Amino acid sequence: MEEDSHLEGGENNREIEIAPAIIAVHPTQDSVAVAVGSDLRVFDLRTDCGVSLVDDSVEPFHKDSVRAIRYSANGKLFVSAGDDKLVKIWSTDTWRCISSVSSEKRVSAVSISNDGLYVCFADKFGVVWVVDIHDLDVNGALSNRKAAPLLAHYCSIITRLEFSPDGCFIVSADRDFKIRVSVFPKKPLEGAHEIQSFCLGHTQFVSSLAFICSKDLPQGFLLSGSGDSTVRLWDITSGSLLDTCEVGSQAALSESDGSEESCCAVTDLCAIQDSNLVAVAIQGLQGIILLGCDFSSKTLSVAKVVSITEENFIPTSMGSSSAGELLWFVTGISKLRDADHKSLARLKVVSGLRKKGHPESPDQHKPVVLGDEEIPGSQKLLEKLQGSLSIDQSVFSAAAEAIKTAMCNLLIKKQYPTESREWRKRTRNDRKAKQ
Amino acid sequence: MPESEANPTFSKSTGLPRKRFYRARAHSNPLSDSHFPVPVSPRHVDYTAHFPELFPSSDQVDSSSKRIQFADVGCGFGGLLISLATLFPETLMVGMELRDKVTEYVKERILALRVTNPGQYRNVSVFRTNSMKYIPNYFEKGQLSKMFFLFPDPHFKEKNHRRRVISPHLLDEYAYVLQVGGIVYTITDVEELGEWMKACLEQHPMFESLTPEELEADPVVKLLSTATEEGQKVARNGGQTFQAMYRRIACSS
Repeated sequence: MEEDSHLEGGENNREIEIAPAIIAVHPTQDSVAVAVGSDLRVFDLRTDCGVSLVDDSVEPFHKDSVRAIRYSANGKLFVSAGDDKLVKIWSTDTWRCISSVSSEKRVSAVSISNDGLYVCFADKFGVVWVVDIHDLDVNGALSNRKAAPLLAHYCSIITRLEFSPDGCFIVSADRDFKIRVSVFPKKPLEGAHEIQSFCLGHTQFVSSLAFICSKDLPQGFLLSGSGDSTVRLWDITSGSLLDTCEVGSQAALSESDGSEESCCAVTDLCAIQDSNLVAVAIQGLQGIILLGCDFSSKTLSVAKVVSITEENFIPTSMGSSSAGELLWFVTGISKLRDADHKSLARLKVVSGLRKKGHPESPDQHKPVVLGDEEIPGSQKLLEKLQGSLSIDQSVFSAAAEAIKTAMCNLLIKKQYPTESREWRKRTRNDRKAKQ
Repeated sequence: MPESEANPTFSKSTGLPRKRFYRARAHSNPLSDSHFPVPVSPRHVDYTAHFPELFPSSDQVDSSSKRIQFADVGCGFGGLLISLATLFPETLMVGMELRDKVTEYVKERILALRVTNPGQYRNVSVFRTNSMKYIPNYFEKGQLSKMFFLFPDPHFKEKNHRRRVISPHLLDEYAYVLQVGGIVYTITDVEELGEWMKACLEQHPMFESLTPEELEADPVVKLLSTATEEGQKVARNGGQTFQAMYRRIACSS
C-alpha cells in the first residue's frame, strides 16, 4: 500500500531527473558545446559546421543527463560527466572520446587543472576524485582511467569545482553553504589533505564559483553565487569575506511582477576575462546582471543589468572564451511535460562587454544582445546547438516552470515525507561497486 | 532550590539532572538532517550564550579574546568534559553531540554544576550539532589544541564505514581546526574500530603518533578510560580498550 502511493507520487529513485541545459565555450572560441540532458552537441566555429562525436568505448556517449562540461585551459581537451556515472574525456581536434572514467556515484561537478594534467570530478557522496591524464595520448587509442579520491565534503553534494588561476588551490563548493579551499598538492593521487581555508558566509547552497583577476593581482579573488541571492567576493588564502552583493534585490527591481525572494537564487557566474566584470545569472531575471569588481577597494557593485526582453529567457548556464569578447548563454531543459517537445535549448550571445578606451569613462559598458544572425556561426550554430532554429513561445513558457523545478532539485535538498523515507531506505544501495 | 523541587528531572539532593529522564538510543544517524542552528562561520559562535560569566557582553568578543581550545566530538553525557573542566580551569572547552535529549542533559548538568560549585565549570559548554558536517563552522583554522573521540559509533557494516567519525577525509578537516602540535585522542572498546582509527591516523600526512613517554606524561590519557560512562561500563565488564593518540604536524610535502 505504502509502495503504491509512493510510486504514484513519482518520487521514484529510477525516474530520470530533468536537467537544465549547460554550455561551455572553447578558450579561443574554436568551438561551443551545449549539453541538454544526455545529448552533447558541439559546433566547430573554425570549420563552421556541427561536430559528430566519435566514441568507441564500451559505454559510448552519455546515457543519462550530462551535468558538467568543461574545456581545458589550453583548449585541447573537453570533459563531460553526469548522471550515468561516467566522466568522458574528448580530444577537441578529432572529437573522439579518448578516455572514459567510471564513477561510483553520479557526477555533479568537473574541473581540469590549469596545466591540463589532471581531471577532477565530484560525486553524489561529496567525494572529489582525481584522474591523472599526463600520458593520455590525444590522438591515440582509447585508454580508460581509474580515479583516486582527492578530498571530500562529508555528505554534501558538491556543486562546483574550480582551480585557482595560479593552480595552487582547488576550490570546492557545496549545497550546505560551504566553500573549501584546498592546496592542490604535487602528488594529487595521494590526496589533497591540506585545507587552506573555508570561505563561510553564505546562508544557502552555493551554486557557482568564478575567479576574477587583474594584471596587478594575478592570483585574483574568488566569487561565489548562492541561493541566498548574493554574490560574494573572497580572498581564498585567508578565507575572508571581502564583500557581499545583494543581487537578488537588483533582480526584483527589474522584474515588474515582483517575484518572491525564494526564486532569486544565483544560478551561474561567468567572469569576463581581461576585465573586472562578472556576469550573474539569477532566477527570476530575464537576462543577466553585470557586476564590476573594484580590486583596490575589494568591493562588488552592479555595473549593468542586461535584459532580454523579447523572450522568456532565464539563463541556466553561461560561458565565455579567454578573450572575453562575447558572453554565451543558454536556457533549456532536457525533458518537457508536453509530449510534443522532447527538450528545449535556446542560445543567446551578448557582446560589447570589454572596456574600450579610458577605464573611468562612464559609458564603457555597452553590452548588446546579439540577434540570431549576428552570432558567430549564426543559423548553422543555432540549429546544431539548439536542436532547431526557432522555438515557439508557448514551448518557452512551458519550459520556464520546468527549468525552475530542475534548478531547485539540483540545489536544494529534497525533503521526503516520512513514509517515503522508510521506503527509500529499503531500496538504497550504498554498496561499493565490485572491482 | 525552588527549581529542582518543581522539576522531577532534577535530583533534589544534588541539584543535578537525573540521567534516566534524558535517555536516548546510543546510535544517531549522522546523515539525516536534524534541524538545529549552525553558525554561519566561527565568528558567529555565541560565546556569551555558552560562557556567560567569561563573556558577559557580546561586545567583548574580539580577536584577542580567548577561544575554545578543546572539543569533545560526540561527548555523550559529558563525563570527560566535566573532568577536564576542573583539570584545565583556564581553558575553554566544548562538547559536540548530535542527540537532542543528551545535549539537553549535558547543558543542564553544566548549569547545575556552576550553581553548586561557584567559580567552577564556567569554561565548559555543549553544542548540539553534527560535527561531521559542521566543524569548520565552529572553529577557526588552527584554533583547537585537543580533540577527543571517545567510544565512537563503530558502524560495523562495510558500506557504513564512510559514516565513521575518524576517516581519511574527515581527518583533513580535523587537521585544519587543530593547531600544529595539537593532539587527537581516540579510544574504543571495539578492536576493529581501534585498528581502523589508528590506520587512518597513521596514513594521514598531517598526523604523527605520540611516543610512549609523551603518553605517560599526559594527564589526560588516564581520563579517557575512566571519566566517561562508556569507559566505566567497559571497565566494569572487564573489557579491553584500544587507544590511539596522534599529534597534528605540519604538512610534509
